[in-house]
Amino acid sequence: MPQISSKTSKPVLRALFSALWLAFLALPILVFRVNSISGIIEYQWSRLPKLLAAGFLASLLWNYFQKRHLLKQESPKAGSSSAGPPITWADRFLARTDRYRWLSLLGFGLMVLPFFCSPYAVKILTTALIYITLGLGLNIVVGVSGLLHLGYAAFFAVGAYVYGLLNYYFGWGFWVCLPLGTLSAALAGLLLGLPVIRLTGDYLAIVTLGFGEIVRLLLTNSSLTMGPRGIGNIPPPGFFGLDLNEKFRPFLVEHLALNPYMDLNKIWIYLIILLIVVLTTIAALRLENSRLGRAWLALREDETACQSVGISPSQAKLTALTLGSSFAGLAGVVFAAQITFIAPSSFSFMDSIYILTIVVLGGMGSISGVIAGAAVISCLPEFLREAEEYRFLIFGALMVLMMVYRPQGLIRSVRSVCSRS
Amino acid sequence: MNLFVELCFSGLTKGSIYALIALGYTMVYGIIALINFAHGEIYMIGAFTALIFSLILSSWGFSGLGLIFSVMVIAGLYAAMYGYTTEKIAYKPLRSSPRLSPLISAIGLSIFLQNYVLLAQTSNDILFPDLIGQLDFLGFLEPIAHLATPTQICIVITCAVTMAVLSFIIKKTKMGLAMRAVAQNPDMARLSGVNIDRVISGTFILGSVLAALGGLLIGCSMQQINSNIGFLAGLKAFTAAVLGGIGSIPGAVLGALILGFAENFTAGYLASDYEDVVAFILLTAILIIRPEGILGQPISRKV
Repeated sequence: MPQISSKTSKPVLRALFSALWLAFLALPILVFRVNSISGIIEYQWSRLPKLLAAGFLASLLWNYFQKRHLLKQESPKAGSSSAGPPITWADRFLARTDRYRWLSLLGFGLMVLPFFCSPYAVKILTTALIYITLGLGLNIVVGVSGLLHLGYAAFFAVGAYVYGLLNYYFGWGFWVCLPLGTLSAALAGLLLGLPVIRLTGDYLAIVTLGFGEIVRLLLTNSSLTMGPRGIGNIPPPGFFGLDLNEKFRPFLVEHLALNPYMDLNKIWIYLIILLIVVLTTIAALRLENSRLGRAWLALREDETACQSVGISPSQAKLTALTLGSSFAGLAGVVFAAQITFIAPSSFSFMDSIYILTIVVLGGMGSISGVIAGAAVISCLPEFLREAEEYRFLIFGALMVLMMVYRPQGLIRSVRSVCSRS
Repeated sequence: MNLFVELCFSGLTKGSIYALIALGYTMVYGIIALINFAHGEIYMIGAFTALIFSLILSSWGFSGLGLIFSVMVIAGLYAAMYGYTTEKIAYKPLRSSPRLSPLISAIGLSIFLQNYVLLAQTSNDILFPDLIGQLDFLGFLEPIAHLATPTQICIVITCAVTMAVLSFIIKKTKMGLAMRAVAQNPDMARLSGVNIDRVISGTFILGSVLAALGGLLIGCSMQQINSNIGFLAGLKAFTAAVLGGIGSIPGAVLGALILGFAENFTAGYLASDYEDVVAFILLTAILIIRPEGILGQPISRKV
């Protein structure tokens, strides 16, 4: 992009103008506050100078970064074009010969970590791991196969509700429901897939969105699922029929001086989901270079070309949807066990978007990226807790900024770079 | 019979408002192939601006038609500025990036705007004065008020007039010609001297004005608004746009009317709980039978 025009040569003037524009724009919403019942209008003029200052600073920074961004795009670093795709730290790490030692050390660290954390931290860690599983599943559909899916939370809901309902009506346990939930979600994915094989691109996105909404509305309105009140008292997963807190906590507290208020059931769920994450990551890594994974990549790049070399696009789409959904079902069962109470409001369109954001923010098609993205997204609200009410405001702004300045995500997928150059 | 006529009128009202929002979606999609998720928030901001200025202006002594028109102009102006600014910030830098990036950016923008209004104003439902119902000269409509309120009739007429104006802009003016050219082939349009950036801005401004008008009218008809009305309305309007064939302007209007009727008849004759389900089932069914929508052009793929 060559046109860094003369307008940008006076950044201060430009920023001043932008600040005035933004202040004028925000005037009615921010400064006038109305109460339509009593008809009182408050004028909060004191907000105006702050607004101007913030707008000025923001547009200065915006212009500066925009200019740098354009310059960077214009002259890519010397050598990077000839040396093939850029190598990220994640690739460098995976190429080390002693990687298994480090990975197992990391795994061991993650295994003992919850015993030294507060119950609240365990909850956040478990949520992060659930999001990693969801991200990996959606990555198969969106990142690898290029099928824009906007109703992924529906499959998450299928998993959670399979456990919740089977437990409520028949008293079935976690370990029976885990495979059943996964299978049901996979089946739901197949069911969604069958009618939409013919659709591509944005149409597919809209049908998946509609499917997600239909599932949520059916859960809300059906009396079988207790409607919007949801299902409560979902038991934690069993451990050979033993009560973990009763049997092991006294021992751990006495001999290892651990926190006496820890909930071993929650830690047990954490360990289960950790194992699931390890298994799903291995599965995703193995799928990446399998015949199926390459078929998905071909589907993403060009459906017609894919068909002409003998890959069936419908088969590739169906397998991607089915496998992707099964990951969500798996995560859903664990989610139900973790929060012990499920309601349709936990599986809204916004949750689908949350998971999609993980995949896009992390880097589409990149497994290490998805893991990083899930960690960032699920921990970000905790760091922003200081700014409690501004949390979602900042979250939204970050999404926009991320897309403007780093659209390839945190860790870019190496293969997608290869294909573009 | 009365119920049927009543449902017809309220379906027509609902459909007209959906159509106003759906037009913004379909125009933007036609030009840059982006599902503008923040469009519903522009509609919500239009409704809030209309509310704020209607209170301010009526405290200054405005009333009747003068009040409605000035509120309409101000809300339209502000929505246009919001549309223009958001396009410059969140979509323009992403013009050449992969398809999903502007979509995510739009979703981020939608979350941002929703929370911005929520924090600056209120998170509760807020009362909206029925500006149209307060007009005295509409008294002659009183005899049929049990079928359709004057507000509803005015909404339908306003929407019809707006759409006529819009189709004039698109068919007869230079801007409309440029918009159609960009929608057909952006590269070719650029080569023939069309300023693409200006056309895109123009499209966003036009769509935002329509959305703000929709916001004002929904306020008058529902008599309450809150900061998250934009989300569901946006989703429904987008559904309507896809139903009619995205990128097609008559299609958006047709889709919106069908959606409005279908929802109201379900709510009236079946169960009001399933009102929203119907919209999505209808959408899925149409897309499976006719993927390009009712009035859309079938997409031919060049190999």
